[in-house]
Amino acid sequence: MSENLSVISEAIRERFAAQEYAFLGEVSLIVKPEQIVEVCKALRDEFNFEVLTEETAVDYWPEQSPRFHVVYRMRSLQHNLILGLRVPLEGNAPSIPTIEGIYKNANWFERELWDMFGIHVEGHSDLRRIVLPYDWEGHPLRKDYPLGYEEVQFSFNFDEIDIRKPYAKE
Amino acid sequence: MPDRPTLTLTEASMEEIKHLVSNRAIAGETVLLNMGPQHPSTHGVLRLLLELDGEEVVRCIPDVGYLHTGIEKNMEAKTYIKAEVMSDRLDYLNNVGNNLAYCLAIEKLTGLDVPPRAQAIRVILTELQRIASHLIFLATTGLDVAATSIWMYCFRERNLILDIMEMCSGQRMMTTYIRPGGLWRDVPAEFEGEVRSFIKVFPSRVDEYEALLTKNPIFLDRTKDIGVLTQEDALSWGVTGPMLRASGIPHDLRKSQPYSGYELYDFEIPTRSEGDTFARYIVRIEEMREALRIVEQALDKLPYGPVRSDNRKYVPPPRSELGTSMEALIHHFKLWTEGFNPPKGSVYVAVESPRGELGVYLESDGGPKPYRIHWRTPSFTNLQILPLIARGHLVGDLVLLIGTVDIVLGDVDR
Repeated sequence: MSENLSVISEAIRERFAAQEYAFLGEVSLIVKPEQIVEVCKALRDEFNFEVLTEETAVDYWPEQSPRFHVVYRMRSLQHNLILGLRVPLEGNAPSIPTIEGIYKNANWFERELWDMFGIHVEGHSDLRRIVLPYDWEGHPLRKDYPLGYEEVQFSFNFDEIDIRKPYAKE
Repeated sequence: MPDRPTLTLTEASMEEIKHLVSNRAIAGETVLLNMGPQHPSTHGVLRLLLELDGEEVVRCIPDVGYLHTGIEKNMEAKTYIKAEVMSDRLDYLNNVGNNLAYCLAIEKLTGLDVPPRAQAIRVILTELQRIASHLIFLATTGLDVAATSIWMYCFRERNLILDIMEMCSGQRMMTTYIRPGGLWRDVPAEFEGEVRSFIKVFPSRVDEYEALLTKNPIFLDRTKDIGVLTQEDALSWGVTGPMLRASGIPHDLRKSQPYSGYELYDFEIPTRSEGDTFARYIVRIEEMREALRIVEQALDKLPYGPVRSDNRKYVPPPRSELGTSMEALIHHFKLWTEGFNPPKGSVYVAVESPRGELGVYLESDGGPKPYRIHWRTPSFTNLQILPLIARGHLVGDLVLLIGTVDIVLGDVDR
């Protein structure tokens, strides 16, 4: 970890009571969901992290609390640094405030969060599914979402295949 | 001829997009037009919903996902070595770069060493791939401005590169040549000669492309001051790669965070300050020349030695040892059935792909399969600025702007 990064990490930890997670020279700060907007604002305006590099999530199901971690990564071109943020979220239908107002490209990343993980993003300007069709059911990157091995139903054989499907029916 | 039914927006579909279009579209003053996904100039299966005032683009709403293949989910169900095959299919114009990012992530997680010869060959192949990818950009962008002959010239040279890929890996596009801990196998004896002859012929070919386009008044008319992206916008939208460099920010991961021994080579980062379509074209042309310089230096310095790490916990032993060494046989069996188990933890590794920052977020739970892998793909982030740079331009220029963002839909949709 570079000296510069440890200074920034320490400042953020002190101000927001965050924790640090360091692994192989990469630093992530674990912050609470209600603080994420403030933390991002501080990182961009005071510590020159100009670019949001990625925003994604990890599902730790069957663990329920915290089930999801939302992962952010900011890059500072000026100081040539990269810093991660992790936000643990409780429960099966979690929500997190949007950081679209700070980093504009969070828009699509957050749509993907909703699409793939079912994490509701509060205050998002356009929270539609991004890669899946609008009428898709479920959120595929959740760990309790099965990976395929199902017959593909088309409109002409929907009912026929539906009878063979293993799920419980009324 | 039977009467065609008139297509109108239903109330339900209007409800869905109401917040995206302007009030004039709802009042019926502007036209909503669907472009794609089956459209030759959207460079794949991109769908755009356009709000047009005459021929002027008022709003442009990209709709992606037509090429979504669930690669991230599928990778979670495969062992590390099997999952690598899927990484080729993300950005199908930069397969070697995808493999490299994936392998670098595994190598960081497991602490694997990579021999210098493998490092140098990795650099040579990724730079050749960068040239091939920029050639596709040049060819398709040329087509977008009706310069059809450039297409043939670019594909001629791209074919030379694909031949080199085929010679090394047996595949022209989906190579999977770079493996965790090194390479699949050493390059064949003819490799050096082939690359040398490419280095010899290519600079004059770039001059040919430039002679066709750079001072062509029609091309200049179509590209200068079209789709200007300012520095502030580029940063706040997280744009990377040639698009960022064409807006005047000299950010290149090969320089700022060198990987695979890029610090050994001498090369420049081409930048322009205008941020328009022409600047992006020039940056990519210059990048091809710089990439060739790197290839030449790497080939001159190419060291001899092994191309795979001898850490048998992660890298399979050579075939020749299987007949004589019991231990090699055990390792071989373990690696090809169960796979290897990297330690628990998460890493983020980024490389400079032809389109920008290609990042891999890899999380391991200590098992033989990636627990979570997220591909931070450059096209996904770069495509978001299309509505911004297209606003106020003509539909004809929009087609060119899609080309200049240089998207690969496999990279966007994953």
